[in-house]
Amino acid sequence: MQKVSTRERGYWPLLCFFVLFILFLYGPMFAIFTLSFQGPQGGLTFPMNGVSLHWFADLFQTQRVGDFKTSFLRSITLAFLVMIITVVISLLAGLAFRRGFKGDGVVFYMTIASLIVPSILLTLGIGLSFDQLGYEAMWYTSGLGAHLSWTLPFGLLIMFAVFNRFNKSYEEAARDMGATPFQVVKMVIIPIIAPSLVGVGLFGFTLSFDEFARSLLAMGVKNSLPLELFGMTTTVTTPTLYALGTLITVVSFVVIGISFLVIHILQRRRLRRQTGV
Amino acid sequence: MRYLQIAPLVLVLLGFFVLPIALIVIVSFWDYTAYSLVPDFIWLNYEELFTSKVTYTIYLKTFKFVLLTWFFTLVIGFTVAYFLAFHVRTLKWQMALFLLATIPFLTSNIIRMIAWIPVLGRNGLVNQGLQSSGLTSEPITWLLYSDFSVVLAFVHLYTLFMVVPIFNNMMRIDRSYIEAAYDAGATGWQTLWRVVVPLCKPGIAIGSIFVITLVMGDFVTVQTMSGGQSASVGVAMNNKRALLQYPAAAADAVILLIVVLIIVALLMRVVNLRKAL
Repeated sequence: MQKVSTRERGYWPLLCFFVLFILFLYGPMFAIFTLSFQGPQGGLTFPMNGVSLHWFADLFQTQRVGDFKTSFLRSITLAFLVMIITVVISLLAGLAFRRGFKGDGVVFYMTIASLIVPSILLTLGIGLSFDQLGYEAMWYTSGLGAHLSWTLPFGLLIMFAVFNRFNKSYEEAARDMGATPFQVVKMVIIPIIAPSLVGVGLFGFTLSFDEFARSLLAMGVKNSLPLELFGMTTTVTTPTLYALGTLITVVSFVVIGISFLVIHILQRRRLRRQTGV
Repeated sequence: MRYLQIAPLVLVLLGFFVLPIALIVIVSFWDYTAYSLVPDFIWLNYEELFTSKVTYTIYLKTFKFVLLTWFFTLVIGFTVAYFLAFHVRTLKWQMALFLLATIPFLTSNIIRMIAWIPVLGRNGLVNQGLQSSGLTSEPITWLLYSDFSVVLAFVHLYTLFMVVPIFNNMMRIDRSYIEAAYDAGATGWQTLWRVVVPLCKPGIAIGSIFVITLVMGDFVTVQTMSGGQSASVGVAMNNKRALLQYPAAAADAVILLIVVLIIVALLMRVVNLRKAL
């Protein structure tokens, strides 16, 4: 009983600390979400001067805040590409690492290095290499590569965490019953780790969709949305900036929501199958 | 088979990580004119870098940002992870609160930076609150576009990188160690300091690697949150890049890379990355 009381003594201050941390994380974001609904006469700070959708309309109507619509579509397309490639490559690499191969240490540390190398350095290097090799930098070539250098390490780290906790007896059972290696992967491993693969896809999509630092010199002449947004931070002095911020965050939250829903469905279906109900 | 599985990852990393970095090293020895790069082998770019006083002040400034950010993210991140791992009782709630704390990582960094403008600005929420409560008569101007706001933004953006590995680490601590400490008569603080913290060293090391490398190589946050009034290594490099002084920027990049690698190598002594996941 002594134990319980000492733990509970720390509970309330820690809970307060946690709540403050969450407020710190989300508070400022709510400030700009609110301000993006400013009235037409409103400014960049509180108080609210009426409530309207004026600044969202401004975003869609005029070109004076930059080419928002095409960069938006470009970023979504790129994020989808990055998501699919990240899931496939991470899964394959994860399978290879499980069984080990010659030089796996080198590849592992190379992947980690790709994650922690300063972004400005990498974007400079990618821009330079396309320039020196005589290729034009494009969002679907150099831009795609720059994003993969950022999403693949996360994908691989997740695969490591998944396979470190993977119960090998499932696939051994499958092999004992005569499954080929391909069948083991397709019918045993992938169904078991499917929720984690959705997680890898979520990381791939959102990290690409919001990527700025590595894109800077790798996108070529056609901007991705974060580059467009960054340009606006210095030139746009109306709540249009906040409206765009709100819109981008809504997209992120929709993608996160869909992923969680899919993970939930996958887990429920598995539970149903296990219990035979 | 294994080599086929790992090949896509290796190819992407060779093309978009190894090649760009190699090219940066090469270009750092090149000469340049106002319009073009001149292939050469000169040490001039490094000489200029090391003989310029600005380099040292910029590195000092960057280390100041790194140290402050590291300290605050560690203290906050550890406390949050500790609350989640040891004070939240059910796994369901642990996961829900963990997700609540990590979701902002999947939204745009730039938007999370912009979000501080209506809070910290001259007419922002903090100043409005201070003035209406009569604590100050004039708005406090150092809240935004200052070193304070740079560090605040770093802490806001990167504390998650501490929370995740430390929480993951704490969840794997065998609870019987803690029971044993209590049974042997340790107080809550003693248990925390003598048992939990030492067992969390790998998680702390991984979080530190993330935070330190992200801040060392940053240029977006420093540029945006200081309003262009403060410089870091990344900002200086980006300025040279904008002036088309690619070889000079590349020399900057090489030195930065070496500094980052030394720091990471030191931290890696604490942790076996592949096992810690």
